[in-house]
Amino acid sequence: MPAALAVRDLAKRYGAVTALGGVDLEVVEGELVGLLGPNGAGKSTLVKIACGLVRQTAGTAEICGAPAGSTAARARIGYLAELFRFPGWMSADEVLVLHQRLSGSSGGERERTDLLELVALREARGRRVEEMSKGMQQRLGVAQALVGTPRLLLLDEPTSALDPVGRRTVRTLLEELRARGISVLLNSHLLSEIELVCDHVVILLGGKVVAAGTPDELSRPRGIELETDRGTRMVEGTREDVPRVVADAVAAGELVYGARTRQSTLEDVYLEAVGGETS
Amino acid sequence: MIVGYVLREALRRRVFAVVLLLTAVFLVLFWVANHYVHGELRTLQVPQDVPVDARTFASAFLGGLALFATMFLGVVLAVFLTLGAVRGDAERGLLQPLVVRPVGRSTFLVARFLGAVAVTAPYVIVVDLAAVVITGLTMHWWPDRIATPAVEVACAVAIVTALALLGSIFLSSTANGIAIFMLFGAGLVAGLLGTIGHVIGSTAIRHASTVAAYLTPFEALYQDALRQLTSSTTGLTGFLLQLGPFGGAYVHGWPVRLWAAAFFVLVGVTALLAFRRRDL
Ligand SMILES: Nc1ncnc2c1ncn2[C@@H]1O[C@H](COP(=O)(O)OP(=O)(O)OP(=O)(O)O)[C@@H](O)[C@H]1O
Ligand SMILES: [Mg+2]
Repeated sequence: MPAALAVRDLAKRYGAVTALGGVDLEVVEGELVGLLGPNGAGKSTLVKIACGLVRQTAGTAEICGAPAGSTAARARIGYLAELFRFPGWMSADEVLVLHQRLSGSSGGERERTDLLELVALREARGRRVEEMSKGMQQRLGVAQALVGTPRLLLLDEPTSALDPVGRRTVRTLLEELRARGISVLLNSHLLSEIELVCDHVVILLGGKVVAAGTPDELSRPRGIELETDRGTRMVEGTREDVPRVVADAVAAGELVYGARTRQSTLEDVYLEAVGGETS
Repeated sequence: MIVGYVLREALRRRVFAVVLLLTAVFLVLFWVANHYVHGELRTLQVPQDVPVDARTFASAFLGGLALFATMFLGVVLAVFLTLGAVRGDAERGLLQPLVVRPVGRSTFLVARFLGAVAVTAPYVIVVDLAAVVITGLTMHWWPDRIATPAVEVACAVAIVTALALLGSIFLSSTANGIAIFMLFGAGLVAGLLGTIGHVIGSTAIRHASTVAAYLTPFEALYQDALRQLTSSTTGLTGFLLQLGPFGGAYVHGWPVRLWAAAFFVLVGVTALLAFRRRDL
């Protein structure tokens, strides 16, 4: 079975600007991949190519084996843009009806109810978009992306306008989707969010992949934090080294109050990978 | 289905209310104008070179005026319905959720066009017929052809609609609106040039006018529609010149209509191709 999304050597130039400079990336069936990177790294560009909004300059992008942008590819994706808007005069329900028709979904009333339930908008079903808060619109956007049960969900910063509870709702939703075997490519600046839900993390910088792996692979052990009467300091080593480090400290006449191994967080990995860069 | 969406969207726009109001104002003023002209028919001076009676002359002139006003209002409506169809809507984020769906971009653009025409064509035809009825009842004069001019003006408006959609792929809403109205203005200049050319007897200017009219086929169709008003009245070349407020019917006949159709197809195909390649 082909990957939900397979990107090979993908490049995109906007005039003189190189947005993507040869990116390889794969999202397999039922996998949740997080795409990280500073502003202008090319995350949105990659997602836009995958859903056929933008044409690549070189390389290939395939959705379940079909070239990105083709009708077959578009029939398999759900997309939530970074900047999107629904017509203000439509109700939440009407937005979903429109997208059901556009995607040829036969889910009907039942599907709409389920989706609104999933994003906690059940009560707002008849409310017009212009009367919704930005966060409610964003949750409606997530529901819209799920219309027609896509195989691959492309979410470009889906939680940027959400409050902590809304973020939690979306996170739970993403886990639920993974359980149903739907693949997700998630763009976000919220490292903790990515760390919590993603199976795989890819960090882009200047249109190139600078780090990739599972959150565990990426967050390597960083050392041992030793707390004594002379203060707290970091000592190199892993869990196996803790007894020796403590013994050495005691032998040196220190009073040891605590010793813990420290993992570097995704944030550390990220900052190291992008070298503190933003644009 | 997208047509329905466009229609609903159109009906919610304020421009729709504005155009309806303008239309009402126009029809009332037009009736008042007819009324006064009818009262003064006896004292009306028909130009020397026009071999018809005062009533036919005045009525046909009013008919030309109505045709122009109808086309203008139809163009306003069409431009406002389509000026931001691609780039404008993409900048606002309205377009992306729709075009990533499997329906495809061409279907989307065609639906936008049909949605706009579904509003403007009935509008143009109804307003034009209303004006004809007003002149008919007050002046007791009916144009030689009633349906053809109305349909031709509706087609002229459809050409402007296609141009506005094409423009919307490249230009932001404001720039596109300005560009289309300038083009429309260029068409009017073509008509005016024709009048000037005929009055001062300059072949060069008349020639320029014809070229300009062909470059703006909506204007050419309008000129053909003007001629249809008095098509069965023979020997009226001098008279025809006076018809519209922005020039008369200088280009006409099947070449004009065929060229307008070809131009429309050309604009449509260009728009579809350009939209398919456009990054959104
Ligand atoms: N339509 C465009 N025309 C020209 N340049 C563009 C266009 N869209 C994006 N770019 C450029 O391409 C690069 C990548 O942009 P992109 O939007 O993909 O970044 P991003 O990673 O999504 O950033 P952010 O975190 O701010 O959303 C940037 O340098 C941007 O300036
Ligand atoms: Mg982005």
